[in-house]
Amino acid sequence: MIRVRRSAMSISRRQFLKGVAGSGLVLAAGVSSTEARMSKKLPPEAVGLLYDATLCIGCKSCMVNCKIYNSVPGGALYKEGVASGVTDSLRCSKTEQTEKMASPPYETDGIEGNEGVWDAAEDLSGKTLSIIKAYRNGSGERKDTPVNGHAFFKQQCLHCITPACVSVCPAGAFVKDPHNGVVYYEAYRCIGCRYCQIACPFNIPRYEWDSVWPEVRKCQLCHHRFKEGKYSACAEFCPTGATIFGKVVELREEAKRRFNLKPGSRYDYPIRTLGAKEVNTRTVAPYADRIYGLNEAGGTQNLMLSGISFDLLGFSKKIPDSALPDLTWAYIAKIPWVFLAVFVGGTGIHAITGRLDKNRKEKGGGHD
Amino acid sequence: MIDFTRYIGQTAGGAMNRLLDDSHSKHLGIKMDTPFTRFLILLMAAAALVAVYRLGWGLRASTHMNDYWPWGLWISFDVLGGVAMAAGAFLIAGAVYILNWKKYQCIARASILNAFFGYLLAAISITLDVGRSFVIWHPLIMWQVNSVMFIVALHLVLYLSTLATESSPMVFEKLGWQRALHIVGRGMIGAVMFGVALSLLHQSSLGANYLIVPGKLSPLWYSKLLPYLFLVSSIMMGLSMVSFETILTGKVFNHKTPLDVLEGLSRGVVLVGSLYCAMKIGLLAAGPGFGALIDGGFLGVMWLLEMAVGVVIPVALLAKRSNRRNLDTIFVASILVILGVLLNRLDVGIFAISDYANRTGADYFPSAMELILTSGMIAFAILGFKVCAKYLNLFPETDH
Ligand code: SF4
Ligand code: SF4
Ligand code: SF4
Repeated sequence: MIRVRRSAMSISRRQFLKGVAGSGLVLAAGVSSTEARMSKKLPPEAVGLLYDATLCIGCKSCMVNCKIYNSVPGGALYKEGVASGVTDSLRCSKTEQTEKMASPPYETDGIEGNEGVWDAAEDLSGKTLSIIKAYRNGSGERKDTPVNGHAFFKQQCLHCITPACVSVCPAGAFVKDPHNGVVYYEAYRCIGCRYCQIACPFNIPRYEWDSVWPEVRKCQLCHHRFKEGKYSACAEFCPTGATIFGKVVELREEAKRRFNLKPGSRYDYPIRTLGAKEVNTRTVAPYADRIYGLNEAGGTQNLMLSGISFDLLGFSKKIPDSALPDLTWAYIAKIPWVFLAVFVGGTGIHAITGRLDKNRKEKGGGHD
Repeated sequence: MIDFTRYIGQTAGGAMNRLLDDSHSKHLGIKMDTPFTRFLILLMAAAALVAVYRLGWGLRASTHMNDYWPWGLWISFDVLGGVAMAAGAFLIAGAVYILNWKKYQCIARASILNAFFGYLLAAISITLDVGRSFVIWHPLIMWQVNSVMFIVALHLVLYLSTLATESSPMVFEKLGWQRALHIVGRGMIGAVMFGVALSLLHQSSLGANYLIVPGKLSPLWYSKLLPYLFLVSSIMMGLSMVSFETILTGKVFNHKTPLDVLEGLSRGVVLVGSLYCAMKIGLLAAGPGFGALIDGGFLGVMWLLEMAVGVVIPVALLAKRSNRRNLDTIFVASILVILGVLLNRLDVGIFAISDYANRTGADYFPSAMELILTSGMIAFAILGFKVCAKYLNLFPETDH
């Protein structure tokens, strides 16, 4: 596998080395905040998903196939075993693994008589990277209506343009591909501090709490399938076109177009990928609210549309519209200056107070 | 006493004998075999068992943390609290070595040692808290400078080494290694400055860790000034910790308490405490507003409790000059500050995300094993300090 070069990060690393490790106070200015900050631009070939809840019928085909297609080597759920995980971590490198997992990690907890045949995921977890949940109100009769209605919604990693999870990981285990923008995870680097879980504004990364050599799990957009010319499994196996795969710039256009459609008119919704010949022609339902992912946390590569406001669906209302890593970088960029100030100031003060002390001792017989 | 030269040869045995010689602390009257010591050892043994269990069976088996509460008691209390408790060292070391305030010389060693244990506690706890304890060193070779956590990890290692350097004269003195003593003595100013810079950064970095979660932390605690709030409160805590410990060791070890030193520390608490109080109230007014204390329900109560216990009452107690010369008042005020700041760390680390996490139905209360490990860590710090007080010259008499 070709390893992706982390250009943005290695620049910042070098800059930082200059600034701090060389106790390089002279070079403090070398840490230019603009260079070291994580990129806030959409990567050139950025890909993502558009999930349109008004088309979703809750069949969960996306969930099932997510597990199946991520249980192969390279997939986000794939794990060969504790022993090889430990050796990879200790050797700080990744071994090529080839065996398929015996079965996808279905969640069977708490359901009696269920011997692993039925997947009963209730939430995202170390075994579930993408989940369809249901909204229901009152009689629940009418789809995509807040009152006395029902709706489905999907939760998964949104692949932020400037991801908090990447910026906080102390070991660089989370990586944003500079080319296609996929946020993926390199297990061998991870120390398991779970800062990524704290930092993600959408609460996406999940931990393998039960494992003695745990991994962090989240959707990686099936990036292991890209090199075979395939794309995200959830989009490939969605029968209605509720989840489609495509380039982010085009997905944004499509989302805006749908958002402005007249409710009640007819529209050809493409299936699987944007620009697919196969379409699902149906009546447009009214869209509520906003295009989710356009601005949240500085923008994300996955976008969502819904007939019910995202606040009602339980999506956090408090996510800022700006890139979160800026908040911490403002602090980190000051660090070399603190060293500079303490050493220069400290030496000065020490010299002055030392002299005063000596003078006093000579005069006053050494009592302080 | 056992003569070690008979068992491990002249050189090593001689060094051992000198290390275990406690004649200099005779006047302190420290008895090792007491019921309290046994209790501490019991706690440590229980914690050791928990540590083994945690490593062998994973986090779910030993803790109540979950995907919505990924950080629990160990991070909030042992790490955030333990590090805050250690702030006394850089203040006293800075005062003595950089500002040449020689009057604080007599407590410098004790406060540096206390910090050493505080950081050790934090380091051990975080090692057990991370899911992959055996590769906790990864950040040191896999640099990721955007991460505050990386900064914290780097600082923890550097500062532990600095504290060890700052404490080493005690050991070298004991061993009679004049040359080593001389070398360390010459580098001391540099080490202290390095330590001061690291401490300023480390204390504030722990707050900076939470800058990335504006949407999760309750606005009662979230603020862009979090790093500075952590720094200022840790200074308040550090000063109180030194007072507390000086008075306590004075009481239990028959060690004369230097009153003018305590007075100086108390004045520091009043100044820093007032600044902290002003910052907190200013931020509350500028941010969520005073109404948030009432609307906040449980969180509002926690905020008020933390401020009352840790800031308002102790500052009020110490504001009067005569009270700053009263050992009992200082003692009580110090304990209040320590409790208040610990509560603040628990608030930021655990309670402040409760609105966010509970919304999803998740809940967190530390498991018995988490509590046992934390108690064991505290016991370790106390006992370690006691052992050092007995065998090292922790309270050099000031030369008059
Ligand atoms: S949604 Fe969360 S996990 Fe996904 S890229 Fe953004 S910050 Fe990372
Ligand atoms: S848990 Fe692993 S991936 Fe997440 S921040 Fe920590 S080291 Fe990085
Ligand atoms: S997104 Fe598609 S595959 Fe998934 S539940 Fe909805 S309709 Fe089914």
